[in-house]
Amino acid sequence: MLRTFTARLATAVPSLIGVVIVTFLLTRVLPGDPAAYFAGPTATEQSIAEVRHQLGLDLPLWAQFVRYVQDLIHGNLGQSLTTGQPVLNEILTRLPASAELVLCGLVFAIGIAIPLGVLAALKQGSFIDHACRVVTTAGVSVPVFFTGLLLVYVFYYQLGWSPAPLGRLDVFFSAPTDRTGFYLIDALLDGDGETFRAALAQLILPALTLGIFALAPIARMTRAAMLSVLSADFIRTARAAGLSTATVVIRYGFRNALLPVVTTLGMVFSFLLGAAVLVEKVFAWPGIGSYAVDALVASDYAPVQGFVLAMAILYISLNLVIDLLYTVIDPRMRVAA
Amino acid sequence: MRRRDVLLGGAVGLAAPMVRGAKAQSRANTLLVVSESGPNNLDIHGIGTNVPGYEVSWNCYDRLITHAMKTLPDGTSYYDRDKLIPELAEDFTVGANSATFKLRRDATFQDGQKVTASDVKWSLDRAVSVGGFPAFQMKAGSLEKPEQFVVVDDRTVRVDFLRPDRLTMPDLAVIVPCVVNANLVKSKATAADPWGLEYTKQTTAGSGAYKVTRWTPGTEIVFERNESWWGRKPAMQRVVWRFIPSAGNRRALLERGDADISYDLPPKDFAEVKAAGKLKLESIPYSNGIQYLGMNVAHPPFDDARVRRAVAMVVPYQTSMDAVMFGLARPMFAGPAHPTEPVWPQPHPYDTNLAAARALMAEAGKSEGFETTLSFDMGFADVNEPMCVLIQEALLQIGIKTTINKIPGANWRTELNKKTMPLFVNVFSGWLDYPEYFFFWCYDGQNSVFNTMSYQSPKMDGFIDTARRAAAAGDTPTYDRAVLDFIDLAWTDIPRIPIYQPYVNIAMQQDISGYQYWFHRRLDYRSVVKGA
Repeated sequence: MLRTFTARLATAVPSLIGVVIVTFLLTRVLPGDPAAYFAGPTATEQSIAEVRHQLGLDLPLWAQFVRYVQDLIHGNLGQSLTTGQPVLNEILTRLPASAELVLCGLVFAIGIAIPLGVLAALKQGSFIDHACRVVTTAGVSVPVFFTGLLLVYVFYYQLGWSPAPLGRLDVFFSAPTDRTGFYLIDALLDGDGETFRAALAQLILPALTLGIFALAPIARMTRAAMLSVLSADFIRTARAAGLSTATVVIRYGFRNALLPVVTTLGMVFSFLLGAAVLVEKVFAWPGIGSYAVDALVASDYAPVQGFVLAMAILYISLNLVIDLLYTVIDPRMRVAA
Repeated sequence: MRRRDVLLGGAVGLAAPMVRGAKAQSRANTLLVVSESGPNNLDIHGIGTNVPGYEVSWNCYDRLITHAMKTLPDGTSYYDRDKLIPELAEDFTVGANSATFKLRRDATFQDGQKVTASDVKWSLDRAVSVGGFPAFQMKAGSLEKPEQFVVVDDRTVRVDFLRPDRLTMPDLAVIVPCVVNANLVKSKATAADPWGLEYTKQTTAGSGAYKVTRWTPGTEIVFERNESWWGRKPAMQRVVWRFIPSAGNRRALLERGDADISYDLPPKDFAEVKAAGKLKLESIPYSNGIQYLGMNVAHPPFDDARVRRAVAMVVPYQTSMDAVMFGLARPMFAGPAHPTEPVWPQPHPYDTNLAAARALMAEAGKSEGFETTLSFDMGFADVNEPMCVLIQEALLQIGIKTTINKIPGANWRTELNKKTMPLFVNVFSGWLDYPEYFFFWCYDGQNSVFNTMSYQSPKMDGFIDTARRAAAAGDTPTYDRAVLDFIDLAWTDIPRIPIYQPYVNIAMQQDISGYQYWFHRRLDYRSVVKGA
């Protein structure tokens, strides 16, 4: 296990170096001149040149890169020009906001999609199988921002059940003590039920929006994996041996089908972080995706680099976790390792 | 900031049972503002402070002087361009070569220190020295060197004029020459940052009516009333400004009554909200602002005035007004053949006239038409995109085939600076509402970034110069003549085709009153009142 862990970690190092170089170069070839952007609406050539010098953009590319790597080694991701804050701080406060949203969306999706997938596989061609197909197709084919706006329109604007889509908390609540950055957990740690309810109420619609989008891959993968497992010889043997349906399906069938499902979950989590950008925009969610997009639009290099780096680290650790999970789920993996 | 959050969070945790009662009470004293985006810097002297940042500066800092308010015939409160009144100065006198300001005795900064003449000098020195936009704006009023600002005694400051310029005094009332707590900020300054810009980026250090108590960039900014402000106590104790990127949600928040006030709703939403009639609306033309179609006159085919006039006769003016702006703009077309009054903006004589346009194209030897690109700023795609599509269609009627070139907001300024775009739509508006100010920026041969057409005309420069000199000398007849002359020339040569004057659109709840229109078009919290 430890060997797997260190071996996987070692492969991550070159990818990280690659990510650093590529993001640096990519942000430099982006169209747009940050100096002109930040010099403001009545800039002259001279004031733009002044801003360019202040930002260090008049240095040769290699010198800018050396500067960037030096800062990186000191844990300094630079300053965002659009928000005026250190990038590291912002990423640390915004990543939990996105993670909370994506995790809640994922939990919702798993709660619906896995039972749906299992049932669809068990009752192939039945009503539930068709329902599964319709729900997942609809979920994945409607763009997330549209689902989001639709939910806001129905549950906030028309029915008034949901609180105003104003971000993570209503204006008249203060954020809970910052421990994990997850408002739900922090509010519980504070023992503050009111803030917990308020944060949860804000979270429901955006998490639903993301969850609906994630239903399809999970349900389809569960169904396919279950179908292939259920047609395997050992299931027939188990059935023939007179084991109860529940034991056959859950203990022998589902556990064996779990491997591809977990892989899919990892992938879904990653792309949900990407899809969250639009949801964050719709719900004014102070997450990391909208931060990166705003920075990109303003040609603000530091946050974009910081974002890509943070995402790369997140993906690498996520893959590591999934690899480790395999060995827990499937004992054969342990032997192979 | 982080520590305060922690403390606040802890306080709420303890006081949880009391939250509901306190909530109802605080809602009445809190103004909830929603808009698309927020500030990137709390100090207008900072590097690249964006437009929302201007609003922070306006409300948290005082200036020596400001404008009086007047009420327009339609009941709108509108700043009085011609009437400057004391703000931090309790009194001021303007001489031929200088102006002298006597400071109020009762003004203190938010940390309790008295506002002194040396604070004022340091702040004005800072504005002309930091470079970039602030220095540039100061220069527009001939305020260029620290030597111009003289401390006479502890309560008296003198501003020496470099040259007679009627924009010097108004330029002291714009947002930039704000008075900063010099002792506090100097104590935070470093060798690399002598003006303490890093500190004021995050913290307000002024004597103004409000101070920023919490700022989460990209999410919200919270202002608290400065209880020791010298002026009349503003009604709102707290202002929470949340950034809601989705226009649909901003509208929903207003219509559901959750948000108190919002600006920058897209014209379509605003028109629909207006039709629904539930909210209180203000719709006021941008002072000295025009949306226009510009042509690069330095290169063919737009170097030929006949081609430009032909284009001016096919621009779909009325359709743009109806289908893009939903009537929420002031038409700048189909006016009299020559300007009648020395005012700006005013409608130009062109209107859609296909036959005349075709004749002009033939005369210019371009009856076959030509191909070109039409560029716009994606930062304002709500308006620019549909308008460019309409223009593209219209130009096709006289054989001009255009390809639309969408330019990201970050890149727009760079592209304007290059002055290579042949055809583009853009908007310009000046803080200082004087015709010669607009023309100096947009038509003068010194070719500023806003002379986006690269227009060069010695005659035009002569008229603008005459107007500026006449204004400084107070020679009204010469001034009026010169203004009429340069407007008329702008119409004959038509290097840019004004389409309309945009409106500032503000939507608010019925119980909100006291909105004031300012030249900078941002919200002044001091006058806003909530409740009957």
